[in-house]
Amino acid sequence: MQKHFRIFLNSFLLSVAVLTNLSAQAQDMKKDDSLYQDLGQREGIAKIVADFVPMLLEDSRIKQFFTKVKKEEFSEHLTNQFCELAGGPCRYTGKDMYEAHDGMKIGNAQFNAVAEDLQIAMEKNHVPSSVANRLVAKLAPMQRPIVSK
Amino acid sequence: MQIHTKKKILVAASLLSMMTLAQSAQAQDSLSPDMGKLTATGGVSQVEGAGGGGLTPWALITGYGSKDGYGANAHYTQVSTQDYRLKTFGVAVGIADEWEFSLAKQEFTGSLAPLNLLNLKQDIFGVKYRLAGDAVYDQAGWMPQLAVGVQYKRDSSIGGLGALGVTNVKQLGAKDDKGTDVYFSATKIYLAQSVLVNGTLRFTKANQMGLLGFGGDLENKYQPQLEGSIAYLINRKLVVGAEYRMKPRNLGVDKEKDYSDIFVAYFPTKNFSVTAAYAQLGDITVFNPKTQRGWYLSVQAGF
Repeated sequence: MQKHFRIFLNSFLLSVAVLTNLSAQAQDMKKDDSLYQDLGQREGIAKIVADFVPMLLEDSRIKQFFTKVKKEEFSEHLTNQFCELAGGPCRYTGKDMYEAHDGMKIGNAQFNAVAEDLQIAMEKNHVPSSVANRLVAKLAPMQRPIVSK
Repeated sequence: MQIHTKKKILVAASLLSMMTLAQSAQAQDSLSPDMGKLTATGGVSQVEGAGGGGLTPWALITGYGSKDGYGANAHYTQVSTQDYRLKTFGVAVGIADEWEFSLAKQEFTGSLAPLNLLNLKQDIFGVKYRLAGDAVYDQAGWMPQLAVGVQYKRDSSIGGLGALGVTNVKQLGAKDDKGTDVYFSATKIYLAQSVLVNGTLRFTKANQMGLLGFGGDLENKYQPQLEGSIAYLINRKLVVGAEYRMKPRNLGVDKEKDYSDIFVAYFPTKNFSVTAAYAQLGDITVFNPKTQRGWYLSVQAGF
């Protein structure tokens, strides 16, 4: 029993320490492009986006937000944004997230619906879950500027 | 007769809270069952009915309602060890990803003499409130999701110990047949690492979660107990992990031990999940010194 607990506690504390360290590292190392590489570089990201965008436009939970979107331009912006976030050599040149979603009254469920579609698009492109989660982790803080409801 | 009255009180209390809930839901006018959370982020139902892992409550609010919605679910859990069986079933509702209310009934039975007729039952009414943080969205910082919860528990019957003249847990040394646990939970999802970590600090007098009453001949004060969970998100529908739950030791007749488990939870849809675990519950009473181990199976259905 004691032994069980010690093993559990040790692995628990160790993982918290490692994870805290990892996330600190992840923030420090701006030049780290491993996620960009793991997503298959810009080409791989563009393929994911090519599956992702039609899903957004057809998703009854959120399609009302995309009626005015120009598909080509929107896809280009998303690809660049994901690429840049993943540490790749791209630059997102669109509006910032506050400006882009201003007045749209987007709720958490709708924000999550977008995240879910992205996860499914990555699954379709055989992106391993651990890699997909790293990209979603980069996007999660956008909940604050995007959700306004 | 007394049990009957208490049952009525519990039902009345839960109805009252449901009504308050409905009112507060109405006050925020647009709350709907929006299924707005990501798969698996509502957790499963822990063995006392709260949203969490299998053994321990998490800071996550149960169900798939987002901050603009609500969700609810029902669960059935069975733990079968060599000589005992624990069944739990219950319902829970999560409101605005902030409040959680749960009702659960536990039944604990024995199959080995002299405890082959043992039958202990308790009712558990739980409330959880999210204090701060968001386990999913707060990916850039260290802040976990924090929640506080209470579990009001009362023993509704004790059977199978008639030969020993025992018809109430107090005759086993427990000081009370009802009690309230208070807990604080911190849950952090390290999404980039696909890992969930939860720590819960519970203040309790409960013996075997309350099935053997509250307080005892050895100790009768609230004691802090640590509970921990660590889980790995294999994909968005499959989670594996381990849990550990410390326990007090208040009763002379029960060398109560800590609980632990390793689990796998599968979420084929947001409406259904199944959790299988291998659990270790220690030795339950002095009448049977064997460490109890066995399978834990739980299903949850909801929205």
